[in-house]
Amino acid sequence: MHELAVCQSLLGEVARAAAANGSHEVIRIVVAVGPLSGVEGPLLARAFDVARCGTIAEHAALEIEAVPVRVRCRICAVETETRANALLCGRCGSWQVDLESGGELLLQRVELAVEADAAAAV
Amino acid sequence: MCDQCGCAATPEIVRIADHHGAFSARPVSSKSVEILTGILNANDRRAAHNRAHLGRHGILAVNLMSSPGSGKTSLLEQTIDAVGGRFRIAVIEGDLETENDARRIRAKGVPAVQITTGQTCHLDAEMVHDALHGLDLAAIDVLLIENVGNLVCPASFDLGQHANVALLAVTEGDDKPAKYPTMFRAADLVMLSKIDLLDVLDDFSPAAAEGHVRALANPAEILRTSARRPETLAPWIAWLERQLADCRAAA
Repeated sequence: MHELAVCQSLLGEVARAAAANGSHEVIRIVVAVGPLSGVEGPLLARAFDVARCGTIAEHAALEIEAVPVRVRCRICAVETETRANALLCGRCGSWQVDLESGGELLLQRVELAVEADAAAAV
Repeated sequence: MCDQCGCAATPEIVRIADHHGAFSARPVSSKSVEILTGILNANDRRAAHNRAHLGRHGILAVNLMSSPGSGKTSLLEQTIDAVGGRFRIAVIEGDLETENDARRIRAKGVPAVQITTGQTCHLDAEMVHDALHGLDLAAIDVLLIENVGNLVCPASFDLGQHANVALLAVTEGDDKPAKYPTMFRAADLVMLSKIDLLDVLDDFSPAAAEGHVRALANPAEILRTSARRPETLAPWIAWLERQLADCRAAA
């Protein structure tokens, strides 16, 4: 259950983004969590409910985007979708593949409350 | 009660606070900002700092991970004996509680720093950074970091290591790599430990374990070791020597 530590780190990145944009309130946080990131989306959501208390994101909504596991075969160059524990080419079955997606643990974007004139300036 | 919306705020709070934005002098709007940074960015930056710092001292750092009880500390004890003076080892031990493992390593004459994480299920880059202050980096060639026994959480946190080693004891299931793909995909070397028990266990197949590691698109070498059979450690020590040479060549 390291999702709380992950959440605290997420909130640190969110606070940094808010400060850089002169905002004092976060409305929405969008993250991408792949099955191979080692983080469980539902657990992250529950941890967020605890971790956000008293932070700039206390009233923010957390959106967790699921990411498919996709591999590209080094032999037949085909990209296919697969499972986290079967990183094999969907066409030839080889394990000589590169992970194209599925390992993400990314803060994608934040929606921030800003004074109307500041928003208009961007 | 607030007259504006009927919420439970007292009149005093309504007066002094920027209540619901209703009395805000300036209108508020929202702004969407694309970020695209890793959620563990802060840890990753500290880890990169550790790696650079260790690199400057010519130190190879290896992160050892496994379930509790798969023999990490016994492997380290026997490794220290088997290495002799060929290179200088130091150890960072991670456990929730007790100094026991660090004591076992120090009894072998090797410097060891114990990190007790309390309820935290993994080591992170900051803990390792702090532990490095307890070691004389000029007197180390190989730093072995024994992570908290756990096949889930440690896989997400970069410590600043140069290589990951995952232990899988033959007393566990040979399908552990399929059950914990994030951990075993990250392994640069997999060690099937307690291999001396294989004769009395009919339900662990090294070939099946290797198949599960390959199904994670992981080409990692798979060694068979036993801390009770020091002769089985030679390929592991040779691997460490190769990694140390590569690490120093890259520095």
